Amino acid sequence: MGNLLAAVVSAEAADSGESKSYIERMFSSDGFHAPSITDFFPPALFGDGTIFEFNRIMMVRLIAAIALIVVFAIVAQRAKVVPGRFQASIEFLLDFVKNQIVEPVMGHEGKRFLPILTTIFLAIVFFNITGVIPFLNIASTSLIGLPIIMALWVYVLYLAHGVKKHGLGGYLKNSLFPPGVPKAIYLLLTPIEFLQVFILRPATLALRLAANMIAGHLLLVLCFSATQYFFFAASGAMKATGAVTFAAGFAFTLFEVFVALLQAYVFTMLAAVYLNMALEEEH
Amino acid sequence: MMLAQTLLLAEEAHTSEVEGADLILPAPYDLLWSIVIFAIIAVVFTKVILPKLQAVLDERAELIQGGIEKAEKAQAEAAAALEEYTAQLTEARAEAARIREDARVEASQILAEARRRAGTDAERIVETAQRQIDAERHQAVISLRTEVGSLATELASRIVGESLADDARQQRVIDSFLDDLESTVKAEG
Repeated sequence: MGNLLAAVVSAEAADSGESKSYIERMFSSDGFHAPSITDFFPPALFGDGTIFEFNRIMMVRLIAAIALIVVFAIVAQRAKVVPGRFQASIEFLLDFVKNQIVEPVMGHEGKRFLPILTTIFLAIVFFNITGVIPFLNIASTSLIGLPIIMALWVYVLYLAHGVKKHGLGGYLKNSLFPPGVPKAIYLLLTPIEFLQVFILRPATLALRLAANMIAGHLLLVLCFSATQYFFFAASGAMKATGAVTFAAGFAFTLFEVFVALLQAYVFTMLAAVYLNMALEEEH
Repeated sequence: MMLAQTLLLAEEAHTSEVEGADLILPAPYDLLWSIVIFAIIAVVFTKVILPKLQAVLDERAELIQGGIEKAEKAQAEAAAALEEYTAQLTEARAEAARIREDARVEASQILAEARRRAGTDAERIVETAQRQIDAERHQAVISLRTEVGSLATELASRIVGESLADDARQQRVIDSFLDDLESTVKAEG
């Protein structure tokens, strides 16, 4: 896949040395490296070629998961009625899920789904934000596996609760044969609804998240790689162009922080909406 | 323009042999510039944005803490007031009981005193009356003795016709007569 994008080696990059150390390469340029899809398939640390293949993206996921658990375990253990600074910030996140997502979408009934939706939101925030953290530098969700797992989680969740509430037949009738339309329309509507409920919803959840993170990473790497090239390899007035790409990198970093939160918000919001649709009597 | 051009240029084919730091670290340029940007963001946040937010958070924490403390203080005050009130009530009840008890004791004392005084008065009255009676009787006896004596003498001298002018004899006769009379009265009484 990556080879589709990869092509000719530029002239400056010709003498790239395997001999240079990582630190040396940090402050020099062997030419411009365009970001490519291979960034998302780094070499394996171990288990190469097996289902247990462990590369740096898996490592980043592990770090994000541990950070999430540790941060919240510490806050939970030291929670007080009168919150300190850190607890107040964490509480802000929890309140955000409650007041901005669950209650407006699901109303009072949403209370029992608050824990699971909060977990989804926080997990996605932590997995996304690794994209802008130095040394990690890639969103854990930019590889489609994790978004698929999270989308499947939501998929199973809303199907299970829909079937549990209405029974299998009731749920299918509710979702596939929405009331209030002429019978003939079902010929058109039912296949669309079927696609919606059983395929498109989970697929779009996973794809939207992964695609946003992939695009974000490519943008950042493009800016950083160009900055590196302009500062260390280009000469004269071209060096000044590096300031522009650096500024762009700065702006996109801030933008990526925003996108990380936004995508978590969108994902959780849609999960709440799908759950609500599954539970509704008629829709 | 520049970017678009460079995008068309391509990167080196993905090298098959990667080892060491490259396995776990991102591309060197990725790391370098993200560190620079992260540092800038960190400085701006820690120097400018977070202090303001923290001030608000601290203020809120203080406000909540202050509110809780105020409520606790009010509750403590109310509890203290209730305790004081209860104590006062208990004290007042005890005092009332004591006063009643005192009054009862005093009343019985007064009654006893009155009884005692009435008793002594009565005794004294009885005694005085007795003494008066005794005195009067004595007086009566004396006057009787003289009068009865002269009357009897006169009567006897008239009857007997014998002059009893002799005083000493006369007195002796009267005395023996009266003694007889007295002993008869006593024996009869």
